[in-house]
Amino acid sequence: MSAISRSREKWVLLFPAILVLSLITVLPFLQTVWTSFTDAEITAREQQVNWIGLENYIWALTDPDFLEALGRTMYFTAVSVGLEGVLGIAVALLLNQKFRGRWFLRVIIILPWAVPTIVNAVAWRLIYHPDYGALNSLLLQLGFIDSYTSWLGDPDRALNMVILADVWKNFPLVAYIALAAMQTIPGDLLKAAAIEGAGAWKRFRSITLPWIIGPMLVVLILRTIEAFRVFDIIYVMTRGGPSDGTKTASFYVYQEYFSYLRSGSGASYAVVVAGISAVLILAYYAGIRRDQRGA
Amino acid sequence: MKLKTLMAVTASAAALMTSAAMADTTLNALFMSQAAYSEDNIKSMTASFEAANPGTKVDLEFVPYEALHDKIIAASGAGDDGYDVVLFDVIWPAEFAERGFLTDVSDRVAADLTSKIFDGAWTTVEYDGKRYGMPWILDTKYLYYNTEILANAGIETPPETWDEVLEQAKVIKDKGLVEYPLVWSWSQSEAMICDFTTLTAAHGGSFFDNGKPAFETGGAKAALDYMKTSLGDGLTNPSSLEYFEEDVRRVFSAGDAAFAMNWTYMNSLVNDPNESQVAGKVGVMSAPGVDGVSEASAVNGSMGLGIPSNSPHADQAWAFINHLTNQSTQEEFANLSLPIWKASYSQSAVTDGQEDLVAAADKSIAVMYPRPLVASYTEVSSILQKHLHGSLLDQTTSEEALANAAKRVARIR
Repeated sequence: MSAISRSREKWVLLFPAILVLSLITVLPFLQTVWTSFTDAEITAREQQVNWIGLENYIWALTDPDFLEALGRTMYFTAVSVGLEGVLGIAVALLLNQKFRGRWFLRVIIILPWAVPTIVNAVAWRLIYHPDYGALNSLLLQLGFIDSYTSWLGDPDRALNMVILADVWKNFPLVAYIALAAMQTIPGDLLKAAAIEGAGAWKRFRSITLPWIIGPMLVVLILRTIEAFRVFDIIYVMTRGGPSDGTKTASFYVYQEYFSYLRSGSGASYAVVVAGISAVLILAYYAGIRRDQRGA
Repeated sequence: MKLKTLMAVTASAAALMTSAAMADTTLNALFMSQAAYSEDNIKSMTASFEAANPGTKVDLEFVPYEALHDKIIAASGAGDDGYDVVLFDVIWPAEFAERGFLTDVSDRVAADLTSKIFDGAWTTVEYDGKRYGMPWILDTKYLYYNTEILANAGIETPPETWDEVLEQAKVIKDKGLVEYPLVWSWSQSEAMICDFTTLTAAHGGSFFDNGKPAFETGGAKAALDYMKTSLGDGLTNPSSLEYFEEDVRRVFSAGDAAFAMNWTYMNSLVNDPNESQVAGKVGVMSAPGVDGVSEASAVNGSMGLGIPSNSPHADQAWAFINHLTNQSTQEEFANLSLPIWKASYSQSAVTDGQEDLVAAADKSIAVMYPRPLVASYTEVSSILQKHLHGSLLDQTTSEEALANAAKRVARIR
């Protein structure tokens, strides 16, 4: 078979996948980008859609509330993904040890991740409830608080409480990937290191962590993208309140579209959020490539 | 012969299909599950409509109030698969009419209805001289009080002004009868704006003057100051800042508050021993006024039923709306929502057992105050919600909060 026909064959085989991908992601994305340069609105009437250049972007990037929301979203992303990484690896280390009932723990640890986000959000909203929430009752009985507290009532605390709910749901994914990666570490390597006198921390730093860093970066990329576009857990738990303290960037996209009905402007907010996600992804990729070159 | 058979078969098949099509008209209707008529009420009203109209079936969908607006918008692009009947709030007709989401039904409304239904109810469905539906829920927020707590505090008459509310609440708190005498729905939501509007009306304030924000000073500022004072003095339950209407009902029903602001529907539920521990110990009155400014105060919290412009079944939808809004249906279900019909208020079916409520309604309906009637209301409201909530959380003074809100409102595109 000649090189040309092989290359043609490659394209023929890839064609269905490319077609589907174009229809469900590329086209809608291009349409969103196009809309973001227009004054389109959601209306049931005839409308003349005009090209207005960068006006929507200038509007979005001079909107002090949206800029605040971007900062809030970055905080949410950094803290929740950071905690998920640390907690995930710690739990994986535990589950990688030999002890009675390990298989049982390995099974139930995945449960939070299996719960749909909406259900998780409703559950945590009840846990945090100021009058009959389980958290208040637990902390009161343990003597940590004197009276019931309004966990989602203060803007700064509310964001941290939502992060906690998000971490609880998502750390099992990180833990599972870390555990899978740890199981491929040859046992001899760790034993030899122990015989050579390397302590637990030294073994973790020099053998385990470098071994699992590749898969970790992949799962953390996924989590970063998801965390940066966070919407559903916030919509259910706080609706952006109190006093906009938990309103993230995606919430503004939704609001511009469905509450204020400005689809052109909403599209520009969406493109800004997507653009920042793209930058974060590129940064991770750079990290992975450096890691691979180093290995 | 064969041809004839074929034609007969075709004809009967066609006849079958037409009757099947007629029998298969299904209306999609969108309601809320929050305050006013309960889901059970609406289901039984619908059942009697279906029984009287064989061939029309109604699929009911219930969503929280907070999701209602966005659902109506999102379904407007769904063509024939959207909704045929939607419940809409008094604050949306301007926006919905300008953007063509609702069908103009001015010609369908019989002329003689105009004088039989309260003006305050009509304003719910009117914009620019046209009608976009039928009013259905004629509602405002009333002041509920626990008669037992008031008696134990030695208070003989319920408050006549908003200042007296705070004075009585202070007596009740000082005597240790309840920790927080007042409870409100002040979460960052439209529910908070309704209480703010009531207090603004009581203090003689207004939202806009000639299209410009006018809420930085005067009655609106006095309203926000009042809210802040009640929180600062420990008279308002601080959890109010997370509460919706149902939370207010729960706290008041448990006997944990002496005063509560809520809609009509709470009256029958707090007096139901299965739902409430304070049944029979509840007074209801118009929200009071302010000395020298107003006698009573109320917000227009009415809602109407309309036909989205993409509905393919406008005639059947209108028949369903007529069934839900007609006088006899409304009188049958008058314990969670009072009728829009003037004549109903002298019917014993409506007044029996809720004389206090009907008397309060009589007073409140006359002073119902509108929220801003602007097409960008949703945005105005969410700006106010953010800044009022921040101020109630003590992050800003009332001057700062209202000035910031006015600045943001002026920036609306």
